[in-house]
Amino acid sequence: MASTKQNGTANLAANGQNGYKVIGTRPVRPDGVDKVTGRAVYAADVQMTGLLHGHVLRSPHAHARIRSIDTSKAEALPGVRAVVTAADLPVAEDKIEDLGEGAINLKYLSDNILAHEKALYHGHAVAGVAAVNPHIAEEAAALIEVDYEPLPPVMTVDDALADDAPILLETLRTDSMGEIGSEQTNLASFFRHQRGDLEAGFADAELVVDRTFRTETVHQGYIEPHAATALYSADGQITIWTSTQGSFAVRGQVCEILQIPVSRLKVVPTEIGGGFGGKINVYVEPVAVLLSQKAGHEPVKIVMSRADVLAATGPTSGSNIRVKIGVDSDGKISAALAELYYEAGAYPGSPVGAAANVSLAPYAIDNLQVDGYDIIVNRPRSAAYRAPGGTNVAFAVESVVDELAEELGMDPAEFRILNGAKENDRRPDGVQYARIGQIETVEAIKESDHYQSSLEGNYRGRGIASGYWNNWGGQSSATAVLNPDGTVNLNEASTDIGGTRASIAMQLAEAMEIDYEQVKARVVDTDTVSYNDVTGGSRTTFATGLAAYNLGQQLKKEMKRRLAEHWDVEPSEVSYEDGAFNAGDESLPFVEAAGLVQREEPLMASSTVHPQDFGPGFSTQCVDVEVDPETGKITILRYTIAQDVGKAIHPSYVEGQMQGGVAQGIGWAINEEYIYDDEGHLLNASLLDYRMPTALDLPMIETIMVEVPHPAHPYGVRGVGEVNIVPPAGAVANAVYQATGVRMDKLPISPANLLEAMWAKQAEEAAELVPGDD
Amino acid sequence: MAKVWIPPLMRSLTDGQQIVDVEGESVRELVAALDERFPGVADRIIDEGRIRPGWTVAVDGAVQNRGLRAAVGPDSEVHFVPAMTGGDQPRS
Repeated sequence: MASTKQNGTANLAANGQNGYKVIGTRPVRPDGVDKVTGRAVYAADVQMTGLLHGHVLRSPHAHARIRSIDTSKAEALPGVRAVVTAADLPVAEDKIEDLGEGAINLKYLSDNILAHEKALYHGHAVAGVAAVNPHIAEEAAALIEVDYEPLPPVMTVDDALADDAPILLETLRTDSMGEIGSEQTNLASFFRHQRGDLEAGFADAELVVDRTFRTETVHQGYIEPHAATALYSADGQITIWTSTQGSFAVRGQVCEILQIPVSRLKVVPTEIGGGFGGKINVYVEPVAVLLSQKAGHEPVKIVMSRADVLAATGPTSGSNIRVKIGVDSDGKISAALAELYYEAGAYPGSPVGAAANVSLAPYAIDNLQVDGYDIIVNRPRSAAYRAPGGTNVAFAVESVVDELAEELGMDPAEFRILNGAKENDRRPDGVQYARIGQIETVEAIKESDHYQSSLEGNYRGRGIASGYWNNWGGQSSATAVLNPDGTVNLNEASTDIGGTRASIAMQLAEAMEIDYEQVKARVVDTDTVSYNDVTGGSRTTFATGLAAYNLGQQLKKEMKRRLAEHWDVEPSEVSYEDGAFNAGDESLPFVEAAGLVQREEPLMASSTVHPQDFGPGFSTQCVDVEVDPETGKITILRYTIAQDVGKAIHPSYVEGQMQGGVAQGIGWAINEEYIYDDEGHLLNASLLDYRMPTALDLPMIETIMVEVPHPAHPYGVRGVGEVNIVPPAGAVANAVYQATGVRMDKLPISPANLLEAMWAKQAEEAAELVPGDD
Repeated sequence: MAKVWIPPLMRSLTDGQQIVDVEGESVRELVAALDERFPGVADRIIDEGRIRPGWTVAVDGAVQNRGLRAAVGPDSEVHFVPAMTGGDQPRS
């Protein structure tokens, strides 16, 4: 079931919501036929003459000093064309740069590609081999002799912050907003948001709930493993074909790592089989370039295995979180404290900054403090994952909010409406909100058929939770070429993961008042358009769509100007209505005008944008679960998501984003986790043992699109890709509590973890029934 | 005068003040004025002529692409906040 609720009538009118011709329809995606017929070219499909195959040797240790690497036996194996190690990489500066995927230390970036002095996680790349086929490459990698000095692994926040903790990075010092510590440490950075009077706020509270939580490392779980092919031509020009969320981000990172100018590298994005934030960082691309150069300028392809993907790419942070919230006698939040300890993996850069802003964002709070800690551990360098950091902290906050509502005897939706953030309230970092739709999403859930229905049966429960995501604007570039037959070629560089070729083409079509089918959208390489940020931050339909809107306006204006010249009238006298240009008695359909205006000069347009007025998104979700008390297995009975989507350009793709985020959030809530042994070896690097939900595990997820148009976009667009993953873990935990009486303080709520908690509760209750010694 | 919200970890430099009224027509001018009154503030906010990596500035609710060059009005509200990093949320 899907439905749409429109809010903010004045804004709707201002944004021309009524009378759209293309926006709000559900056309077929441009890449649809190629994908269902198997003709779409993914990164592993790339073939060319003389192609060599690469393989990466990875560390068997979680933490080890590399004393030496001997590649002679591998190089001597027939069929091997090149072997590379960190010694082949240029020396990277210990300096922070912004490469379009956040600020990053260049030395750490290079170290993660091929380990230099130390291997910092099980699976850390150590060497690369290129050979005439994948089997020889793999065999040769096994012949590389690495002399390791194993060191004690540091696997968790607690391990890393212990007084006698082994140090991962010798030069790391804690950065507290520019104040640099003097001691060696695994704490990379610390920050604080604080406003009001926290002490007074808690003193005013009638009720305070103070809890701690633990969440485990999880992976993005994209279905297509990383793959890249590189050709280092004899003239020094380099081309990379790769599966990425941002071809320009790949260009930037590879050029920094290999210290080459951007003019020498072209990145060609292939079709992509999912990314969810995990396909922004480069992994095999620089290795493939080095191997291609060393192998005599032959192309080299590297395709990662699923085990390599899980061991060495992606994941998002595990975390320890404390949340303390106080409410006054009216049920209003009087003070809130959150302490967030996020595991960054082997190098600094967890999403704790984003998590801090997600934490208490749905609520209006005058007295607040949020502390964030970025901590390195011997796990893979963390990467973005859909609303990075948000799911962890929302699980904690929404669990505490649910407990407060229960203690107060309030409906949990009513509690969220009473305390809900709205326009002019403040985010946790203090910045004021413009028009937002948090309360509307709660009301949509409260009024939904799902929430109004009864739920009966043993071990069944219902939970709700809210969530926030900031979204992003970023930089986008696009060009449009008007063809004489009235079609338009739209060239843009935003990787299409969730249907953005369609949603961007629809905005161009709407702006030009032509049919969607007249726009031919394609994603192009880094030499074809100007700089374009990644498909991420829920920005693409918003920002690249804005560029497309501008293209449409430019083309229309120029067509009017040329027709005015042709008709010998002023441009202001030329109008465009119902698919035809008109001036006085003259009238010309768009298709004919497209030919006429280009008889003497072709017509194209280009647009670059960098919008900073991006609107945040909110979501509230409701779930019914059933728990098997014998096995601890959770069955999702029913799930409804309400999300503030601004304006749904292509409603099917918006619903798909909402359902996809919920599906991933449910997996995070009840199954997914990295499991390590005491020596830091990853034990479940396969999709058999790393259990993601399948279609058989989930019901149809019901969607309610709440349309609160974003005032700074011509069509009211807000990003919709990420906020949907923020509430599920909290909602499921609250439902499990209703079903079992157990409040879970850790993720995942796996059968083992849930049974353990249920048994502990039973033991506690039994002990209360036994008469005491006194 | 613009109202600058001082990050909590820098309030030791501003005698504990959470919000400081400052004259200036750009973020750069505000930081300079702040530094004059509270020496050391600029070093904490600026690195190599730009806002420190991993941090950003918001003026009147919007994160500013122009950083120190961003314009500030007489009634503006200014925040220096951690960037929403995490890979796919760069430089917000």
